Amino acid sequence: MKRRVLPGLPLSLGITLVYAAIIIVLPLAALVFKAASLGPADYWRIVSSDRAVASYVVTVSSALAATVFNLVFGLALAWVLVRYRFPGRRLIDALVDLPFALPTAVAGISLTTLFATNGWFGAPLSELGVKVAYTPLGIMIAMAFTSLPFVVRTVQPVLEELDPALEEVAQTLGGSDVSIFRRVILPLLTPALLAGVSLSFARSLGEFGAIIFIAGNQPFSTEITALLAFIRLEEYDYPASAAIASVMLIAAFVMLAVTNLMQARALRYTVRN
Amino acid sequence: MKIRLNDVVKTFDTFRAVHGVSLEIESGELVALLGPSGSGKTTILRMVAGLEYADHGHIYFGDEDATDIPVRDRGVGFVFQHYALFPHMTVAENIAFGMKVSKVKRTPEAIRDRVEELLALVQLSGLGERFPGQISGGQRQRVALARALAVDPRVLLLDEPFGALDANVRRDLRRWLRKIHDELGITTLFVTHDQEEALDLADRVVILDKGNIVQEGTPEEVCRAPQNAFVMKFLGDANALPATVRDGKAYVQDIAFDAPDLKDGPADLLFRPADVSWRESGDGVPAQILRVLDRPDSRRVLARTTGGQSIEFDTAPEFPHKKGEQGFLDIRRPRVYATT
Repeated sequence: MKRRVLPGLPLSLGITLVYAAIIIVLPLAALVFKAASLGPADYWRIVSSDRAVASYVVTVSSALAATVFNLVFGLALAWVLVRYRFPGRRLIDALVDLPFALPTAVAGISLTTLFATNGWFGAPLSELGVKVAYTPLGIMIAMAFTSLPFVVRTVQPVLEELDPALEEVAQTLGGSDVSIFRRVILPLLTPALLAGVSLSFARSLGEFGAIIFIAGNQPFSTEITALLAFIRLEEYDYPASAAIASVMLIAAFVMLAVTNLMQARALRYTVRN
Repeated sequence: MKIRLNDVVKTFDTFRAVHGVSLEIESGELVALLGPSGSGKTTILRMVAGLEYADHGHIYFGDEDATDIPVRDRGVGFVFQHYALFPHMTVAENIAFGMKVSKVKRTPEAIRDRVEELLALVQLSGLGERFPGQISGGQRQRVALARALAVDPRVLLLDEPFGALDANVRRDLRRWLRKIHDELGITTLFVTHDQEEALDLADRVVILDKGNIVQEGTPEEVCRAPQNAFVMKFLGDANALPATVRDGKAYVQDIAFDAPDLKDGPADLLFRPADVSWRESGDGVPAQILRVLDRPDSRRVLARTTGGQSIEFDTAPEFPHKKGEQGFLDIRRPRVYATT
């Protein structure tokens, strides 16, 4: 057998496997197990009830909107942070991580205060007839806030590695700014954007703390799926809670699989002979 | 297309990269900008391309003032040292890029035919479907050249085109580029810090130092009559001995060399390693052999003059003398430059 440079591989591998099993696989298995204790008919009744379906619609549509917002804004932010040098750049760079560091409840309370009809943003917006707090728009803003760092932090390193000569050579070949962005920059950023977007979307689907303060939590209009699972839990209806949670779990798995496939497609060119 | 630079200046922040350079490149000529790093050669090339703007002065393409024409409308083909191929496009897509984004619309068939034609020109037929990551460095550089040629540029600009390749590939590509240039007759300007490459490839060599042109001429002119000590040293190995000029003669340890047109005072005597013979007795600068190095086709001798100067010279492989022996250096074709 080949001698390894670093000792302790069996030990570290063992720890990793045990850790992964206890922290990740076990709770998920328990969730599936709990949901499975319902019969298929009951399971289907719970996950397809009007209230549950309404919560999926609110959650997924808000998460999609938040993710699209983060895609555009996160890409712009990463671009500015990488390509320009200006006073305060490092401060902004540090601020990007703040939504990660902040307790989500704090974020939820501050956003609610800001966007309430008497808040700094909410007051002028309500004069324009736009209501944010206690509407799906508020859910979207809370999701966008908490998942902003994902796109920025996945795109930034790729952008830093992007050779400026690629853009220069495209210019000498007669490419306009739009066609250079579309044909050169965007395809090269696509794998990183996909990774960032899928993380951002997953986080938005599962966000709880920041949303419940701003959402109003009205069944059928501003109740997110995570909250519905939580309500069933509070009612000691564990199987129903697990059933609803399992839908979120399946959605997360499917989405990760799809983004991985898309990423593999976008990275075809890196495959060597 | 004739290129003319008229008193071009470029300053980066506080560093003046190019000081008032004027230069003419005739239509169809292949010219090398040669200089050490920081000499401003790449900056000049990038200004001709339009990738940098001149702070002062003008650049003409033929009779047209191109100084303010944006890079995408300037009609230049640019080849970067590290190829700058689009990694997510196949070789064929890379070559087709310029034709696809062009304002001149071409049919997909016309583009495909042109790509095939260019692949044949750069001897890469059949590799069109590969990605840049799947071909060698020399092949990548040929793809970069084909891509630059695809848009029928008015001038071709190459920035250290062979700098990232190993020595054998570099020599082959150099000869091949010369052949392509002779076939197409496109005005070509290339930047290099490798004097052998410049002399091998170019019709005319422009030697730069610290943002100024020091000398320009055919390879023969710059090799046979270097204008100052910098050019002499930069073009190849050179030995230097301190000398004193008196009445049109340069004296090195009482040995006189011709130095017409030079004012009395301190000077440097420069000569090539090949222009020295070793003598056991007679005239010459006295010296002692320090080491003898063997080369495939010669021997290089390291010696020290009694004045303490290190000298290197080349001899036939049969050179019989050994470390420690004393003798005299017979110097041919020396060049004397006033000490600056």
